[in-house]
Amino acid sequence: MVKVRMAAPVLQQNDEVAGENRELFNKKNVFVLNLMSSPGSGKTSILEKTIGKLSKLLKLGVIEGDIYTTRDAERIEKFGVPVVQINTDGACHLDARMVKPTLEDFDLDELDLLIVENVGNLVCPAEFDLGEDARAAVLSITEGNDKPVKYPLVFRQSKVVLLNKIDLLPYTDCEIELLEEDLKKINPELELFQVSARLDEGFAPWIAWLEEQVGLKKGS
Amino acid sequence: MHEMSLMLGIVDLLRKNAAENNIGKISKVMLVVGDMTMAVPDALQFAFDSFRDEELFGDAVLEIQKKPVSGECKDCHQNFGIDDFNFLCPFCSSPHVRVASGRELYIDYYEGD
Repeated sequence: MVKVRMAAPVLQQNDEVAGENRELFNKKNVFVLNLMSSPGSGKTSILEKTIGKLSKLLKLGVIEGDIYTTRDAERIEKFGVPVVQINTDGACHLDARMVKPTLEDFDLDELDLLIVENVGNLVCPAEFDLGEDARAAVLSITEGNDKPVKYPLVFRQSKVVLLNKIDLLPYTDCEIELLEEDLKKINPELELFQVSARLDEGFAPWIAWLEEQVGLKKGS
Repeated sequence: MHEMSLMLGIVDLLRKNAAENNIGKISKVMLVVGDMTMAVPDALQFAFDSFRDEELFGDAVLEIQKKPVSGECKDCHQNFGIDDFNFLCPFCSSPHVRVASGRELYIDYYEGD
């Protein structure tokens, strides 16, 4: 019997392709955001509001990850921004290899910002680097304030958390101070924005953050 | 259940490596999984049983070694264990903490003939 030492990272293949994607994004000076959350937290609604506010200021593109449907892509298409759908066909997350071929469908020289809406899932997408510059997580307050502690990785890996459905706060048991405290323990450098996609409120700081990131990338 | 796609990658890596090393039968696989990955050992075990083929893996066992989460403060340079994903430095309260361990997800070694 022989013992073969491999020390082989399981995600090596994904990380290599993610590195290739990142290299391309850097060459083209496109800021890429990986947007993650559980299903129903309001990712697509936030994206709609974000596009509505940014599409006159920046050139945007969107990659829509979904297990089977094209519903989200159809919602985004109405805004007249280029959108490419990835159906993962059962897989619970996007990976770098799924993203890579879609990049040929965009004119990256023309884009300032590419937003990738990941599959709705707080667990699996956190593990897969797509080559993005930053990750943002959406957490709706109706999900309860224990979610950061239960699913810490996605919040640790994110630069931004958007607390959505903040208009519903009076009707929930969510303790927003406790929630923010937990998030800051997991990721002390996190930017937190409270928004309501339904009422179109609280978006200004988030939009300013995105504009700043795009500006930094353009200047680099 | 991304453990399924992780395990597909693991089995693939093992097949290639075994072929390169002329190993016809694998009897044991040692996987290292940090506590700060979202890979659940039971689900990995289930996925391993689903994907392994009889010819190469036969009665192979998958062993999983867990790694606790630890951090290193970028300001005071102390090392410490991290419980409950609290990433504030316990020595100087700095928020600038590097994850030193807990993100591992790799095949350490396998045994076979």
